[in-house]
Amino acid sequence: MPSLCRDCLTRFETGRRCPACGSPRVLSHPELFDLSIAHMDCDAFYASVEKRDNPELADKPVIIGGGRRGVVSTACYVARIRGVRSAMPMFQALKLCPGAVVIRPRMQVYAEVSRAIRVMMEELTPDVEPLSLDEAFLDLSGTTRLHGAPPAVMLARLVKRMKDELGLTGSIGLSHNKFLAKVASDLDKPRGFSVIGKAETADFLRDRPVRLIWGIGPAAQGALEKAGIRSFADLLRWERRDLHERFGAMGDRLYDLARGVDRRRVSAHAPIKSISNETTFDEDTGNPEILDGHLWRMSEKVADRTKAKGLAGRVVVLKLKRADHSLLSRRLALREPVQLADRIYRTARGLFDQVEEKGPFRLLGVGLAELCPEAEAERSGDLLDPDAAQRGRAERATDEIRRRFGKDAIRKGRALR
Amino acid sequence: MKISIERGTLLKAVAQAQSVVERRNTIPILANVLIEAEGDTASFRATDLDIEVVDKAPAQVERAGATTVAATTLHEIVRKLPDGALVTLTADSAAGRLTVEAGRSNFSLATLPKEDFPVMASSEYQSNFSANAAVLRRLFDKSKFAISTEETRYYLNGVYMHVAEADGLKVLRCVATDGHRLARIDAELPAGAEDMPGVIVPRKTVGELRKLLDDDEQAIAVSVSETKVRFATPTITLTSKVIDGTFPDYSRVIPQNNTRRLEVDAADFAKAVDRVATVSSERSRAVKLQLDEDRLVLSVNAPDSGAAEEELAVAYADERLEIGFNAKYLLEIASQVDRENAVFLFNSSGDPTLMREGNDLSAVYVVMPMRV
Repeated sequence: MPSLCRDCLTRFETGRRCPACGSPRVLSHPELFDLSIAHMDCDAFYASVEKRDNPELADKPVIIGGGRRGVVSTACYVARIRGVRSAMPMFQALKLCPGAVVIRPRMQVYAEVSRAIRVMMEELTPDVEPLSLDEAFLDLSGTTRLHGAPPAVMLARLVKRMKDELGLTGSIGLSHNKFLAKVASDLDKPRGFSVIGKAETADFLRDRPVRLIWGIGPAAQGALEKAGIRSFADLLRWERRDLHERFGAMGDRLYDLARGVDRRRVSAHAPIKSISNETTFDEDTGNPEILDGHLWRMSEKVADRTKAKGLAGRVVVLKLKRADHSLLSRRLALREPVQLADRIYRTARGLFDQVEEKGPFRLLGVGLAELCPEAEAERSGDLLDPDAAQRGRAERATDEIRRRFGKDAIRKGRALR
Repeated sequence: MKISIERGTLLKAVAQAQSVVERRNTIPILANVLIEAEGDTASFRATDLDIEVVDKAPAQVERAGATTVAATTLHEIVRKLPDGALVTLTADSAAGRLTVEAGRSNFSLATLPKEDFPVMASSEYQSNFSANAAVLRRLFDKSKFAISTEETRYYLNGVYMHVAEADGLKVLRCVATDGHRLARIDAELPAGAEDMPGVIVPRKTVGELRKLLDDDEQAIAVSVSETKVRFATPTITLTSKVIDGTFPDYSRVIPQNNTRRLEVDAADFAKAVDRVATVSSERSRAVKLQLDEDRLVLSVNAPDSGAAEEELAVAYADERLEIGFNAKYLLEIASQVDRENAVFLFNSSGDPTLMREGNDLSAVYVVMPMRV
């Protein structure tokens, strides 16, 4: 069986240890050198960066997240042993792991590291589709001749380089499509390298739960369970037509995925569907002034990102989380796409004013959806708001000042609330 | 209750009722029409709690009484009955059924007790006057296209009916706007309307009202209070809550100093706009107007789908001007013009444009340009 040493990258035929370096970190799989779609997922990315930069933290439980009130964005493996998971509220994480070192995320640092990893990945193939700062799909089809080595070797070399040059570890999933590659990368984290071959796909999936599918959350799971679908085997009993009738487009996708079929391409330029920002407050609040300040800051952040990407959006979304963590969201489809923070804020503010509940809330978010090119944005004014054009010009001028002298060079009073 | 009523008369009354009834209802009784029979009339009452319509129809009343039954079902049945049929409605309150008989057809419908039916509280009206159906029809027909559907500015979801002053004369005025276009329509002030409070008549009410206005000569009794408005013909009474909000000060929106005057045949203009807009694929549907001496070039340039251009002979004597509009808005205002040429008054390509029919100031439209 084709085998590969993950330490010295020697290729050989079957053996439990590498014949060259004696390492036990050996990968063996009948299709090892034939598969080319991969998913790379860094191990506890934020926490690993922090541990790398501060070796004293090495064996301590580390949680990255926003203060006592926020949620866990990443927990290192030491903290995970105690049951801490990402997206868990911080108070709960600290209950499970009282000795944890909580660190506020340093997004700029993570973004830099992420860029370095991206450069390494792009040396392997132009088809890199980042999903976030710490994970990406790679399509290495047709690169064997170029690199003089099959994808599996290049991927093993990638994680080795990440470890040697950046001090970070990652896990690789290698398979014949995106769905299975993503599933594979999660199979033996951390420092994992898992392969799901074509021949074993059906056996592999059969008894696994459908929640394995990325995008099947609790709600979809509930709907599927009502139809008696828990595992892939359950799905296989359904005709495509029936799945489509019951679940729409998702039904079609489920039919294919149940058979291990996923035709989505790895695309370096996956279109962005929405842009949003949210913040969890230090303490729950129903104070309209404070909420208004958050509303403005979130709108401005969304506008900044939207402008940076040359986009605009037709739908403004307002998201509020009540003290009991339940979610309240409102959306408004506008007659024309918007990009300016002023327009996003005013729309979100209108939605906010229509919410009859007075709080307290623990989180506020603003988003923009149904994106389009910025040329289509703000093409007509509002008869009833003749000052809008002037405010728009003021915002553009402010942007220019911020671009030249830094983000905090000029701010609205509202932002200080 | 037992009544017999001619199918056509019944259909008209029930149709009016079922259009007020909301399709999706959480309160079962609101899906029903309340039928009350007394003397020689049957009245049909329906409500969505904001609007109430009562339609009185002549009927042979064998046994007076009242009941409520699903409005849409009754409407569907009557609609499918043959023309000219005599329909007999018999309520059996003990069984909770209403029998509908016509010829050999027989239906039995579930009823709900009449006591549960919410009747809109009557109120004091500050102003009562009479207006011709034709006058009201013009006021609302020409303004309703501009009503906003945006829920955050709920006070724009209707037509603002109020008393205003134009050229030193008091007029009855209807204004609607969604922020992109505005319609301001005036009519001679009917006697007795001088003290009418300004009210925002909701979109749905405007739609229901329209059904009362087909007969030109029909006098409509209008009653207005701060919270309600009522329109009545001898047989139909439409009562509606008004939108509780302040309509914005529209007068500052109407441009006073637009001097660049374009005069064009409205029908030709609308057809040309419609033709060039065909190639536009985006939702915005922007049309560019290029004006030169006595010449108007309409064009659409949609990179994804194509381009179109059309030239029109017009009367224009000002400087060259290029200005863009949403094709749909242009079409809507152009289609309001029915007698004379459309006169557009422009300022710059970024300022609101005014449109009217000839020199008639009793119907004025404003439309916001768009960047092209």
